[in-house]
Amino acid sequence: MSSEEKPDAKVHWDRRRFLIGGAIAGVGGMAAAAIHDGELGGPARTFRGSVPWQEGTADAPPGASGSGYIFFAPAEAAFIEAAVGRLIPNDEVGPGGLEAGVPFFLDRQLAGRFGRGDHYYLGGPWPKGTPEQGYQSRFSPAQLYRAAIAAIEKYMGANFNGGAFNKLAAEDQDKVLKGLESGEIKLDAGVDSKSFFEMLLQNTKEGYFSDPIYGGNKDMGAWKMIGFPGAHYNYKEWVPRHGERVTYPTVGLKGRPGWTET
Amino acid sequence: MLVGFGWTGAIMGQELCDAGLNVVALERGPWRDTATDFATGFAQDELRYMWRHHLFQNVADDTLTIRNNLNQEALPMRHLGAFLLGTGVGSGGVHWNGQIWRFLPSDFQTKSHNQQRYGKKSVSDHDLTVQDWGITYDELEPFYDQFDKLCGTSGKAGNLNGKIQPGGNPFEGPRSNEYPTPPMIQTYAPTLFGKAAAELGRHPFPHPTGNLSEAYTNPLGAQLGACTYCGFCEKFGCGNYSKASPQTTILPSLMAKSNFTLKTECEVLRVELTPDRKRATGVTYVNSAGEEFFQPAEMVILSAYILQNVRLLLLSGIGKPYDPKTGEGLVGKNYAYQTMSSVNVFFDDKILNPFIGAGAMATVIDDFNGDNFDHSGLGFIGGAYIAGMVTGGRPIEMIYTPQGTPAWGLEWKHAAANNYLRSFSVSVHGSCMSHRGNYLDLDPTYRDIHGRPMLRMTFDFTENEHKMSDYLTDRAAEVARAMNPREIKLNRRAGSFSIKPYQTTHNTGGAIMGDNPKNSVVNKYLQSWDVPNVFSMGAGAFPQNAGYNPTGTVAALAYQAAHEIRARYLNNPGPLVQA
Repeated sequence: MSSEEKPDAKVHWDRRRFLIGGAIAGVGGMAAAAIHDGELGGPARTFRGSVPWQEGTADAPPGASGSGYIFFAPAEAAFIEAAVGRLIPNDEVGPGGLEAGVPFFLDRQLAGRFGRGDHYYLGGPWPKGTPEQGYQSRFSPAQLYRAAIAAIEKYMGANFNGGAFNKLAAEDQDKVLKGLESGEIKLDAGVDSKSFFEMLLQNTKEGYFSDPIYGGNKDMGAWKMIGFPGAHYNYKEWVPRHGERVTYPTVGLKGRPGWTET
Repeated sequence: MLVGFGWTGAIMGQELCDAGLNVVALERGPWRDTATDFATGFAQDELRYMWRHHLFQNVADDTLTIRNNLNQEALPMRHLGAFLLGTGVGSGGVHWNGQIWRFLPSDFQTKSHNQQRYGKKSVSDHDLTVQDWGITYDELEPFYDQFDKLCGTSGKAGNLNGKIQPGGNPFEGPRSNEYPTPPMIQTYAPTLFGKAAAELGRHPFPHPTGNLSEAYTNPLGAQLGACTYCGFCEKFGCGNYSKASPQTTILPSLMAKSNFTLKTECEVLRVELTPDRKRATGVTYVNSAGEEFFQPAEMVILSAYILQNVRLLLLSGIGKPYDPKTGEGLVGKNYAYQTMSSVNVFFDDKILNPFIGAGAMATVIDDFNGDNFDHSGLGFIGGAYIAGMVTGGRPIEMIYTPQGTPAWGLEWKHAAANNYLRSFSVSVHGSCMSHRGNYLDLDPTYRDIHGRPMLRMTFDFTENEHKMSDYLTDRAAEVARAMNPREIKLNRRAGSFSIKPYQTTHNTGGAIMGDNPKNSVVNKYLQSWDVPNVFSMGAGAFPQNAGYNPTGTVAALAYQAAHEIRARYLNNPGPLVQA
């Protein structure tokens, strides 16, 4: 139904400019970022005559590594550790966000592709929009965290007797967080307090409940608290056993403590 | 040639290669296969796939702009939310749930059927622009059947050749055959839902599913394995060859054919037309190195997602763009969606183990879908299926907390810890009628990385949808209460459409089908009325959306188009329906 593509079918530069014509004029926004996570950006490939498959290759996940903060400056880390500790406090029921390693998770996320806004469209123009139109900011997540934490500490300087967020009593920290959540606390530097709070809360829950390879959910404590057994492949034997507690031990993508000893 | 290589691209590729044609498919995303890209060793990763969009379209490269009505300025969808668009080989067919439905016979006559039963106002109130499809269920049945056999769909027929069958959906259109494989075994929550629904006199049945209950070999020789209920299905690729997808059902056969060529990382910019605009000569595409090519073709099949197909029609100047002010023009008209709501159910005494799930693990009632119930005096048309559904218990997304629970803090944590194992959600999967003000066109301001205008979506739920959804959510709550839980929580469909919370990736319309060129963009074989060697696949053809997941109907329409192209078009290329 189509003739084979011939080498001379390639459009030369002059022809290409002519073809695109005026459409290219006035292009705002982003140039293509070099390489994305997952899709677009690999070399173009042609397949014919077989299913392409190469042994020993897998699109395995990139986990977090190392220790200490890469992204957060000390003052930022102090804010994040305190905030995460209030969003998910620690008690005997289960780990808090801090105990589960959420700040480390956030640090690695913000230092990497997510922080760069790899799956965000950040081109302009940037009007505020309606709540229904969702995230409307020029900031990548990393830029938003940096700007927001600085703006919150500036707000703190004019309120709550000028103390840093992490020095406040827990109930005052909660007051600030509620003010961000509702948008009642207005921040400068172009930071929308509700947008930031929403992202911080979402990312905190991500760090709390995601697979431990990303640096949070330490010892799968959050999963154990709710009763999620983790990344099991097969529950068939449990399907008809209505109402019974599944006795499988909790596992992550890299197994579980003690796995290698059995 | 094929533009886009998901379900419809794979179906058309297979059918047309079987007819002996040389087929080239251009896919803008990468190659993907089960063993490499979603192996069981790492497929169950909620953060990477759901929240970091690893398999989804990257909006940094291409997004669309959105507004609720003509008076607003459309702004770009800067992050995926309401719908999770696919990309790459298999596209949404990789990360769909596997919910395989047929629309009701009356769904294909939305206008004439409702007008006859409820009067003219029923289809014109609220500025509705619903219309008939120009096709009947009976015409489409063999092609629904073909897709069921391809996938090995697991389910129980409710209507076999006009005879109602116990255990199936008594409201469905007649099937020519039983499902290829038996229904999945129901987990606890769907079972409780089914019992309660039956006590209320409803007609529960197992959800038809492309997550297979047992091993199956399809007519192309592809083998699928039995589902292991791992609970990572929707939004994920299946590492177990248990979910029907282009990869598991078609590609082993199609990729081996010498008359089929697939080019990945190649994005079609537009369809090129002859100077009289009556014939497509091929497409212009650009690869990931930025090199631009012209691909000549005798026939161009738009087999990308609906939003891309409609955009390519608009960018290529095929058909006349719709103008909501005058009501003239057709391309972009009747964009619709799906009207979703839910009821969360909380028990004290029942361990539900929500992590034991599958993409279509549900017991369903269809008593209030389409026109399966009397709408007299209700003030709306359409309906929904109501499903006690447990697709998994992925904890970032799927922790339900009772009414009034804060979103964070100790109270939230305790509610999560107490309710995770003992709660689930009843979903209400509602239709969405078409409306004069809901449409797709090209954005005047925002451009993609190629310099082309983005697609602009103007959409909001209308009075008809709000009334329908409220009525149906109340019906779902009745079943939920009949399960004797500690408490329930109603999540009604309130307010304007928002791009933020995930709802469903069931976008429809914009390249609608019909019986003549005055009311539609394509004929019933999905062939452009204006440029007969261009075919536009997918849910863009739906004149309005029914209360079911669209993939079964999308696939059936593709098979029907392929059948007609093979039977008539190839010998005599030209319009398959005379205007």
